[in-house]
Amino acid sequence: MDLSTTYLGLKLRSPLMPSACPLTRDLDEIKRAEDAGAGAIVLPSVFEEQLRRESEELDAMLEKGTESYAESLSYFPQVGEFRLGPDDYLEHIGRAKRAVRIPVIASINGASVGGWTEYAKKIEQAGADALELNIYYIPTDLDLPGTAVEATYLDILKSVKQAVRLPVSVKLSPFFSNMAHMARQLDTAGADGLVLFNRFYQPDIDLENLEVEHSILLSTPQARRLPLRWVAILFGKVKASLAATSGIHTAHDAIKILMAGADVTMLCSVLLRKGMTHIAVIEQEMKRWLEEHEYESVAQMKGSMSQEKCPDPTAFERAQYMRIISTWKPA
Amino acid sequence: MSKVFATIDGNEAVAYVAYRCNEVMGIYPITPSSNMGEWCDQWAAEGVKNLWGTIPSVVEMQSEAGAAGAVHGALQTGALTCTFTASQGLMLKIPNMFKIAGEMTPTVFHITARTIATHALSIFGDHSDVLLARGTGFSLLSSASVQEAMDFALIGQAATLESRVPVLHFFDGFRTSHEVSKIEMVTEDIMRQMIDEDLVVAHRQRAMNPDRPVLRGTAQNPDVFFQARERCNPFYDACAGLTQKAMDKFAQLTGRQYRLFQYEGAPDATNVMVIMGSGCETAASTVDFLNEEGGKYGVVKVRLYRPFDVRGFLEALPPTTRTLTVMDRTKEPGSVGDPLYLDVLAALSEGLAAGYGTLKAMPRVIAGRYGLSSKEFTPAMIKAVFDNAVAAQPKLHFTVGITDDVTHLSLAYDPDWSIEPADVTRALFYGLGSDGTVGANKNSIKIIGEDTENYAQGYFVYDSKKAGAVTVSHLRFGPETIPSTYLVNKSNFVACHQPVFLERYDMLKPLVSGGTFLLNTPYGANEIWDKLPRPVQEGLIHKRAKFFVIDAISVAKATGMGSRINTIMQTCFFALSGVLPREEAIEQIKKTIKKTYGKKGEEVVKKNIAAVEQTLANLFEVPVPAQAGSTTDLPLPFSEHAPREVRETLGRIYAGDGEALPVSAFPADGTFPTATAQYEKRNLALEIPVWDEKTCIQCGKCAAVCPHATIRMKVYDAAALAGAPATFKSCDARSPEWKGMKFTIQVAPEDCTGCVLCVDVCPAKNKSEPRLKAINMSPQVPLRVPERANWEFFLGLPDLDRRRIKVTQLRQQQVMRPLFEFSGACAGCGETPYIKMVTQLFGDRMIIGNATGCSSIYGGNLPTTPYCTDHAGRGPTWNNSLFEDTAEFALGFRVSLDKQMEFAQELVKRLAPQLGDDLVSGLVNAQQRDEAGIYEQRERVAALKQKLAGQTSSEAKMLLGVADALVRKSVWGFGGDGWAYDIGYGGLDHVIASGRDVNLLVMDTEVYSNTGGQASKSTPRGAVAKFAAGGKPGRKKDLGLIAMSYGNVYVASVAMGAKDEHTLRAFIDAESYPGPSLIIAYSHCIAHGIDLDRGVGMRHQKLAVESGQWLLYRYDPRRAEQHENPLLLDSAAAKLKVTDYLLAENRFKMLTKSKPEDARRLFESAQFDAETRWQLYSYMAARKPAGNGSPAPAAPTAAPAKA
Repeated sequence: MDLSTTYLGLKLRSPLMPSACPLTRDLDEIKRAEDAGAGAIVLPSVFEEQLRRESEELDAMLEKGTESYAESLSYFPQVGEFRLGPDDYLEHIGRAKRAVRIPVIASINGASVGGWTEYAKKIEQAGADALELNIYYIPTDLDLPGTAVEATYLDILKSVKQAVRLPVSVKLSPFFSNMAHMARQLDTAGADGLVLFNRFYQPDIDLENLEVEHSILLSTPQARRLPLRWVAILFGKVKASLAATSGIHTAHDAIKILMAGADVTMLCSVLLRKGMTHIAVIEQEMKRWLEEHEYESVAQMKGSMSQEKCPDPTAFERAQYMRIISTWKPA
Repeated sequence: MSKVFATIDGNEAVAYVAYRCNEVMGIYPITPSSNMGEWCDQWAAEGVKNLWGTIPSVVEMQSEAGAAGAVHGALQTGALTCTFTASQGLMLKIPNMFKIAGEMTPTVFHITARTIATHALSIFGDHSDVLLARGTGFSLLSSASVQEAMDFALIGQAATLESRVPVLHFFDGFRTSHEVSKIEMVTEDIMRQMIDEDLVVAHRQRAMNPDRPVLRGTAQNPDVFFQARERCNPFYDACAGLTQKAMDKFAQLTGRQYRLFQYEGAPDATNVMVIMGSGCETAASTVDFLNEEGGKYGVVKVRLYRPFDVRGFLEALPPTTRTLTVMDRTKEPGSVGDPLYLDVLAALSEGLAAGYGTLKAMPRVIAGRYGLSSKEFTPAMIKAVFDNAVAAQPKLHFTVGITDDVTHLSLAYDPDWSIEPADVTRALFYGLGSDGTVGANKNSIKIIGEDTENYAQGYFVYDSKKAGAVTVSHLRFGPETIPSTYLVNKSNFVACHQPVFLERYDMLKPLVSGGTFLLNTPYGANEIWDKLPRPVQEGLIHKRAKFFVIDAISVAKATGMGSRINTIMQTCFFALSGVLPREEAIEQIKKTIKKTYGKKGEEVVKKNIAAVEQTLANLFEVPVPAQAGSTTDLPLPFSEHAPREVRETLGRIYAGDGEALPVSAFPADGTFPTATAQYEKRNLALEIPVWDEKTCIQCGKCAAVCPHATIRMKVYDAAALAGAPATFKSCDARSPEWKGMKFTIQVAPEDCTGCVLCVDVCPAKNKSEPRLKAINMSPQVPLRVPERANWEFFLGLPDLDRRRIKVTQLRQQQVMRPLFEFSGACAGCGETPYIKMVTQLFGDRMIIGNATGCSSIYGGNLPTTPYCTDHAGRGPTWNNSLFEDTAEFALGFRVSLDKQMEFAQELVKRLAPQLGDDLVSGLVNAQQRDEAGIYEQRERVAALKQKLAGQTSSEAKMLLGVADALVRKSVWGFGGDGWAYDIGYGGLDHVIASGRDVNLLVMDTEVYSNTGGQASKSTPRGAVAKFAAGGKPGRKKDLGLIAMSYGNVYVASVAMGAKDEHTLRAFIDAESYPGPSLIIAYSHCIAHGIDLDRGVGMRHQKLAVESGQWLLYRYDPRRAEQHENPLLLDSAAAKLKVTDYLLAENRFKMLTKSKPEDARRLFESAQFDAETRWQLYSYMAARKPAGNGSPAPAAPTAAPAKA
């Protein structure tokens, strides 16, 4: 069975791969992913704000209370060099590249134009095969129009594309007034891939302590339907590769999303629950299904159920919603 | 060879040479020498090699005595070894120094000369320590400047190897050790040429080696000791010559020629001074100045004080010498004169008789004392000294620099007389410690020193308070070397970095006429003039000052710099001073920023550079009008409520006028009143907490954690509210026992430091707006006046009768009045909440012996003390003996008080017929375990005193003298982990073994906090600390476990932030236990690298406990007597990983940035440490009391403290 696929111009042996998640922070897990058959890996995101804060925090902590009192003009030894900013991350890229043969995709998470290009260049120099821009941006300013938000995404992409020769994908949220137009704009601006979607962690309230909680909820299979819809709609309409992420937990999920038109399926929650080796289990099941249904390759089914090719294109649109509502009966 | 210049301080200059010329360093922190050890440790951690290509071994010991022992051992086995110390540290080394010298062992001890504690401790410089070591047999080599300190470090090393006489190389503490100066570096190549390797080999050959065994350190009897002792004489006879030989060789290599007694001045001088140390520099430049005006003056700089080269001394003196004034920087009460004077007298007597030199007749020799504890020694004083020598009736023994109106020894001098050359630019900067002023000025000196042809000098005067510390930077720049070893008092440029200082310091006084005054102020150029107090306006007019303003805070905010205005003010300085062309200066500042901050990451560099770039557009000149129009005057710095005698001494010290106080202003024995911190109104906080009585649940936590006792609780009868100010808040007390009474939490608005700890621990949230708690921060300025009135009213409310308070419940206990308030500790301090709580519980009958360290500084650094008194005038009485002997000091209290109580009881019984059986029985058998018992005994003692009054019998008089001892006193030893785990451990161990009722409180910050965060044996594994720059490799010592092994010691491990009532309970248990008690209290600290500004201290305590890094327990021997397990493990099993805690603190986290591999390994070990320790304690706590043979039950998961 030929599972191979092409993503961001990279030839992959399989469309199954871990997304940017805590597991790929660990070199052993990266090796495990390759052994389990992953087509590529995305390293965890390096957070722009974190890098900035780290530098500022270290400075503040080392300076606090210094040069004030004659007996204690400082409180820490003057360490010659600190490994700061992306240093660790860059080394991690290098180590990952040395450890595995599958492509290693680095990821930056940020929300401003400034820091991106600089880190992107360093990541390119460190040997990453591609770069995923994880634009995690929740606009809350009541005076900020949607066009400005869209412009920010495009500016970031353009500035990074100008700075590096690596393939660059954009991981974005679905919260645009016209997702399709946004995808088109990113495609035109040179995105080599679109990763659909970023899952924004939503806050909750801790009733006992009257605090806002930020606990992470792993995805459920229901979440898969959102990327499925948009992958299906965009397939064939943009040049960029399409990666689907969120709620892909089983071989069936993966097959569905590939049929919708994804070039790759990115796994996270399921791997956090079951371990990296679960990629091999999904692959086995996927192969079995494909064989049972007499498919020859992933390429054969890719996009087969996209809006462009599926039997009922309106199923991905508003008309479908009306039908559901009108036919729904209480159990 | 091209010359290499560097701009460094004296400590670094010395350490630079010592490190390269040695293989082993035995170190221990003591101000002002600590930095030398820190440099060595850091270089070793970085892999810097010595002259022979190997990385020296740097070993921190438990005390200076320990360091000396280790140094002795290392020397005896052939390593090139050195050490660094000062003051009390040097005294601890003296026994070994006698041995090292007696064994003719080459070594150099580098000493930052510092005052020895007498009537008071002082960290500053004089020669009382080094001169005390003059009998050890070490040679005493004195350097007078940063350049000389580096040079003599090498000369001493060369000389000792050849002479075999060990060298004590000293330079003045702070004045030289901390002065930043541009010097010519001694290169490694020069060092190699100075150190004769054959002599190094010879040192190894003499070493103890089982391949050629020897015996040293014998005991000798009267038959031979004397002769054997005299055997060293030839070495001492040769020593001076060999030292000069090393100086001569050094001169060949560097061009800098030194002489053992270096004469400078007129060849035909009649009026000559002899001096050593940094005073030489100022003396020589004053002599030059006076001679240019036609004077005949000279100065003999003493370089090698011991062995004293009589011939060399005589040869140094001009034949014309008529008067010789010998200046000593020490005081030996009761001697004919101070040491240098006596030696000079003896040398003159012998030398003239022997016909040495050209001087024919004995000059008039005068003894002067100057500069104790870094007291200023200025050209004006030197002129007064020379003038005295030729006065009709000179003072033959005098002091200079003070006003002695008791024994009238002091010389008068004209403080305005100055010799500052016109080509030296002088600048003064008044800053806050936290705004980075000093760091920026150090950078400025480096820029000028290293990027221009100019020489540069910086000296920094710091505060004795840790919160809101004020710094004054004294900078000089000029084309020649700068020999001015005194503060800048005529300045071309004065910068005021904080507008509030305008009210506190007369900054225009040192400004020269036509000088520049720069003010950081929120007001613009067109509005500032009217905002200035009248004296400032008058000063500016009078000095014809050029006046500039900048709103540095706004620039700092706009560029992300927060409160750090340093770079901005530095840019202004360069722009206004013209030391460098503006553009070049700005480029250099940026270059320095990259160098200084680069290693901390791009972001920090970027924002500093942005600050520089935005500065000049915001710098404005303000025209100075001809008339002062302001009507506002300067506020009183010290409360007018203070008693007159307090106001006139301590108040003047607080106002910065201590220099002007005469001798008579002071007590002869160092005794001062307590309860004086209340008179300083420091107004440090930008925001203060405001109580919301409707949300408050009256738990008492905010008051308990307040490090400065500025949040108080009172419960009182409603009637007491009569006359309350309109904004005074109160509500009904919630405790059932206090039904019908009123409750108030009040903040002291002018004493609060704004640390936010109270807000962070407040558990009550406003139900409609949960971001608000029952206590919330609000800007101080609008609250200052109304809250001041509320605070005063609050203080007037009666304290609740202590017998009505359930002391084991925090919500009740916190109404007890703290007898420790408004200390100079850091904002958010983790130690002071413990001290405050102890004083609430026992302060009215408490005697404290305090180890030297943070707690002795914030507890007893003049002008004021936070220890205070209750309504009856009772309160803690406090003293600091030494760093190392606090447990013993406290034991002394106990033994003395017990003896006096016993004697008093004996006398009471003897006087029973006069006193009556009831009173006698009551006094002798009193139960004094609780407040009621203490209260009743005090009543009885009052009755006793009444009965004794007027009685004239010897027994009655003696009983009156000891009657107070009949009330049980609470004896406490306070200190940090440096004391308890390291230097004082031997004494602590002995005291807890004694069985006596002494309470020892260890405020465990896990480093030597006061001296800047050096590792102690309490430092946990993986923490980065000074002397553990690569992360502490070993596990924290388990002091509590060791103490428990005695079985009869009450031991508790507490962390207030984790469980406050557990702490409270432990204090009560410990105090009530009639034997020794040891409380180890986790104290978060600025040295942990935590965000104290955001009030997180107590959270970190909680994290430490929840991760199992810190255990809560109480070991009470009384429980064993009841056949119960004495150990109660009061914390639950860890629910977090140790790394969750470690990564929250920079002391650990920074290791992941500097040495990630080591961090991973050490953090894993730390987890293992915590788990195994938990298992051990669980096992011990679960054991049935010994002897019943039953197996231990399973470990409990949690054993909460009994309330």
